[in-house]
Amino acid sequence: MNVLGIIAGVVQPVLLLAGAPLLIGVLGSVRARLEGRIGAGVTAPYRELRKLFAKEQIDPGGTSEVFRLAPLLLLATTVVVAVVAPFVASRPAIGPAADLFAVVALLVLGAVALVLGGLDTGTAYGALGAGRRLTILALAEPTLLVAILALATRAGSTNLATIVTATLDEPLRVVSPGSLLAAAALVVAIIAETGRRPVDDPASLAEATMVHGAAELEYAGPDLAIVRLASGMRLAVMLGLLANLFVPWGIATSAAPVAVLVGVVALVVKILVLGVLVAVAEVFVARLRLVRVPELLAGSFVLALLAVSASFFLA
Amino acid sequence: MNVAATFLAAAAVLGVLAALAGALPDYVLKPNLRAPAAGFGTALTGAAGVVAGIAAMTGDAYTADVPGLLPLSGVTISIDALSGPFLTAVGVAAVAAGVYAVGDARSRVAQAMTPLFVVAMLLVPAAGGVGTFLVCWELVAATSLVLVLVEHRRSPEVAVAGRWYAALSQLGFLTVLSGLLMLAGQAGDSFAALRDASPSPAARGVVFVLTLVGFAAAAGVAPLHIWLPRANTEAPSAAAALMSAAMVTLGGYGIVRVGLDLLGGGTRWWWLGVLALGVLSAVAGLLRAAASTDLKRLLARATIGGSGLVLVGIGAAGLFAAAGDRVLAGVALTAALLQVLGHAAYTALLFLATGSVVRATGTRDLETLGGLRRKMPVTTAAFGLGALAASALPPGTAFISVWLLVQALVHVPPGTGTTVGVAVPVALAAVALSVGLAVAALGRAFGIGFLARPRSAAAEQASESPPVVLAGLGLAGLASLVLALGPTLVLPALGEASALAVGGGDHTVSGIITVQLGGIAGTFSPLIVTIALAVALALAIGGARLLFRNRTRRAVSTWDGGAGPPPRRATTFAVPVYGDGGTEGRVWRPALAALNAWGRAGRLLATGSVHRYVGYGFYAVCGLLVVLAVTR
Repeated sequence: MNVLGIIAGVVQPVLLLAGAPLLIGVLGSVRARLEGRIGAGVTAPYRELRKLFAKEQIDPGGTSEVFRLAPLLLLATTVVVAVVAPFVASRPAIGPAADLFAVVALLVLGAVALVLGGLDTGTAYGALGAGRRLTILALAEPTLLVAILALATRAGSTNLATIVTATLDEPLRVVSPGSLLAAAALVVAIIAETGRRPVDDPASLAEATMVHGAAELEYAGPDLAIVRLASGMRLAVMLGLLANLFVPWGIATSAAPVAVLVGVVALVVKILVLGVLVAVAEVFVARLRLVRVPELLAGSFVLALLAVSASFFLA
Repeated sequence: MNVAATFLAAAAVLGVLAALAGALPDYVLKPNLRAPAAGFGTALTGAAGVVAGIAAMTGDAYTADVPGLLPLSGVTISIDALSGPFLTAVGVAAVAAGVYAVGDARSRVAQAMTPLFVVAMLLVPAAGGVGTFLVCWELVAATSLVLVLVEHRRSPEVAVAGRWYAALSQLGFLTVLSGLLMLAGQAGDSFAALRDASPSPAARGVVFVLTLVGFAAAAGVAPLHIWLPRANTEAPSAAAALMSAAMVTLGGYGIVRVGLDLLGGGTRWWWLGVLALGVLSAVAGLLRAAASTDLKRLLARATIGGSGLVLVGIGAAGLFAAAGDRVLAGVALTAALLQVLGHAAYTALLFLATGSVVRATGTRDLETLGGLRRKMPVTTAAFGLGALAASALPPGTAFISVWLLVQALVHVPPGTGTTVGVAVPVALAAVALSVGLAVAALGRAFGIGFLARPRSAAAEQASESPPVVLAGLGLAGLASLVLALGPTLVLPALGEASALAVGGGDHTVSGIITVQLGGIAGTFSPLIVTIALAVALALAIGGARLLFRNRTRRAVSTWDGGAGPPPRRATTFAVPVYGDGGTEGRVWRPALAALNAWGRAGRLLATGSVHRYVGYGFYAVCGLLVVLAVTR
């Protein structure tokens, strides 16, 4: 435990939790403007969350505690990742837990919880969405893992903080072929995992075309609010990880107030820039047919594999 | 007094007594007493095996020679640190399966044979000579074959499974026999003598390949896994649990004992072969598991995947040892040994929970299950725990062994050479893929089989199993939990055992709360991650309670987007992977057809003409004389 770690452990989850709706709002606004609409504004997700939180809680027939606990577990896993991974500060709050393998596995655990929640309703849409989500997850997780392992091989450790510090010490490593391949693979895996276009369309109204929307169909009121909040936070967490693994500059390395402030601002700017890029890309690509999604993910897995090989041979 | 040896002897005596109790006729021991006698006897055998294994892991070595017990070779018993994990794994599975069998074993043959099967499995890692090892190995194969065939009246499929199993286990025995006898012919019977012997490199290679075929068949590794889904589906649940959880790990033991210990490492291509087998089974097994609709078959295929991961660890250890990196080899082998222990605990749990489901519903088809969590809450919780433990998610059992394996692979210094540079990324990719596929396969099995709504009358009318069955599940669950939260209890001992096998330094793995690797940078704490997750979940639940304390949850019917009745099919979920043929259709059927054709071609030589046979004899003698005249 160190001062910087404690500050990071408090600031990171609060910042990511509070900022997640803003990120979703920015994504929506950028997309609306590019499509020639005015949009609902960047604060729309906050208003929606407030509305949902005020509604009554509902238990669909035949569901069990698995259905009720799933949103909370999704939120809890994301919060743990926000505490331990290096977002604002390069020294994590809980050193031995900031392992990339643990972080990826925690994110997957949250997704699995939501899949089980969707299955627990016993409905057609729930099973459909859950099945699709699990298939995507089974392919996206290996890609995430192998892509980050490519960076770990170079840094000689699977600890995320060590990887980030190694990149800070030797900035030129970022432009190596292994890193670039890993970055490309990570982007695809993150887009698939968070359900953005071209894998899934968050703005679609037809449930049958959706992956995430179908699995979450029975959630309403505060439960849905927690699912939305946690999903937004997952996107923020993954974009933040992507940013800090490849462009860690600005991250606080000391506990000085200025350094921490710079770290916060840097993180917000990085996540927002990546978010805007995702939104812009979404306007220009169409959603893939579901049967093509595994091909896309298989491609990104191959990229990740090449990244590991490159970091072995070209080091 | 040697603890390991004492408890191993106790296990053997208890097991034989339990087998006798199971075999007693009804007028001596009433059937309602026979099941507890045999079942609890098996559990006690397993418990003694666990104690012996733990004693062996803490450095309680023992060697004994009983020359008169077996003709020609005698019996040699040798327990060392490497025997420990495997004794423990067999013991843990036997304790859970034994208690479970009290409530779910009607057949006298199964009751008599299960304890003998456990004793045979405990003696394999304790064998200290070629003769003893082969006898125990064959005893394992024979007793398990009887167990596979116990329910032969139920369906003709049982006979088919029995034939496949008998053929492959005996084929495996044959290759192990020829390999080990080749080695023993040069140096002597006892393992100690074999270690000191130095056969030529070519002879060592032949011995390794021969034994590898047999051990891979026993471990259920692709493409020799073909018996496993069949035998484990048709055997009674307790026996299937023992075969899947304990017996397959003995294949890994054989490879480590012969390859690393007796033959002293060997060259790179041996271990590349092991690694390739492991990679193939890990990915193919779990891929097929993700598309299975039969619950036991799904678990059997997941077992193939788990076995593959053990072989990846062993192969990586051998590869690193051959390349001279003893530290990394130690870490990789530690990962494999922890995977063996975890595999024994959670596979037993999953198979026994499935057995409990089959016992209550009479079906193991995911299509007709569903909605069991209301009727069978304990079984549902047990299967959920097993699925979590097996799918490498925190706080699971497999998570930490996979983490260790990844550590060994990631820390290979760049530029170690082309062979390692190609093998390691492929192994990493296979490990990552198998993790993702395991999540999909087991999450799907749990979600479809236990959650949602009942899809048949059998599932709707299911009732929870009796307490003794649940106690069996609880014991296996406890073992999984201990390994998930406190792997540091066993890791230092496993590290020592690995260091012994690969000849590395000591203190490969240390730490109490945090796992710390010696020689390479790697620290991780499964306990802290679990606590952090629990705290976050408690905060989330508490926060939700506090925020919504004035509101009651209203029960409504499901909306389902206005759709009709719930789907009755589980396969809407299955990932279409590859055709139903699988390995059997693509590899084994053509191979068997080719053998048949070869046999038929042989008939052309034998037309029934006596003149021709006399002619064969004449030309054979002439040919022999010519060969002797030329070579002598």
